Amino acid sequence: MEQPGSKGLVHDWSRDKQVFGVPWGKAMMWIFLLSDTFIFSCFLVGYMSVRISTTDPWPIPSEVFALSFGGDPIPLILIAIMTFILITSSGTMAMAVNMGYRKNRKATFWLMVATALLGASFVGMQAFEWTKLIVEEGVRPWGNPMGAAQFGSSFFMITGFHGMHVSAGVIYLLVIANRVRNGFYERRGGNYEIVEITGLYWHFVDLVWVFIFAFFYLW
Amino acid sequence: MASEDGQQHPLSIYFWIWGLLFVLSFFSYMVDYLNFQGNLRWGLILLFMFLKAGFIIAIFMHMKWERMALKVAILGPPVAILVLIWLMSFEGFYIEDTRVDYYGESTFEPEPVHH
Repeated sequence: MEQPGSKGLVHDWSRDKQVFGVPWGKAMMWIFLLSDTFIFSCFLVGYMSVRISTTDPWPIPSEVFALSFGGDPIPLILIAIMTFILITSSGTMAMAVNMGYRKNRKATFWLMVATALLGASFVGMQAFEWTKLIVEEGVRPWGNPMGAAQFGSSFFMITGFHGMHVSAGVIYLLVIANRVRNGFYERRGGNYEIVEITGLYWHFVDLVWVFIFAFFYLW
Repeated sequence: MASEDGQQHPLSIYFWIWGLLFVLSFFSYMVDYLNFQGNLRWGLILLFMFLKAGFIIAIFMHMKWERMALKVAILGPPVAILVLIWLMSFEGFYIEDTRVDYYGESTFEPEPVHH
């Protein structure tokens, strides 16, 4: 029956029935996330190859993304705050999934709303960062005063696509949260696995940011 | 716990991982703040990155408790990206060399960042 490990792997794939012992929505979300992994990987690998192949010096992210609050500029501070906000939102999402399976509708709803609000504030900070970079630092997709022209195109492409994912996630979260609140899933047998599926998407967005933070901002 | 019944785990594990992710993010920020350079910098960036990614996938996304059929199907294919990384870095260094050979070294004068 339910064998663990590699024997289970062979058994699951060869017994002429449904392979994945998970709800179909969850399997499909994982497969979508797999395809999204390849999209983001292509962006990051593209960024790697233009950064390697340019002969111009690469702008120093630590200085470009520094922010001054009256005094000396603090390196990368806004990006650090955005990172912490996204991790916090991943935590509230994990709680929401847990509360969903406990059928605590009220807690699930508010935790999902909190996650969406944190996500929205992340997008807001990103809009601020883009504005600062475009207006004050003069960064364009085709060039910038601080170094290699490819910096701008990689930056807008990668963070823009990620920001789009966060924005879509905020909408997705609010739609599902509203359905949790109005009893939509209660009328369908009280099954809250959709909260976990939404959570998978949200954690993935956080996961991608881990890689963007490491390779674009810190490297 | 079998995934057909949903992923039900004690809350404490989420709080632990949450805290751990905060600490790891703080460490990776410190790599930049303390201005580590060279292999130490890159090694630490990769270490903290993989630890964070691993905990998010294993615990928050519940991959740790899924059956191997799903683990292999989802985590296996991205390994192919390593080949792409290898090929494109190879290509990138070759292009850089030919650019230097044909156009010479860069004469770009970077301007300082204004805040």
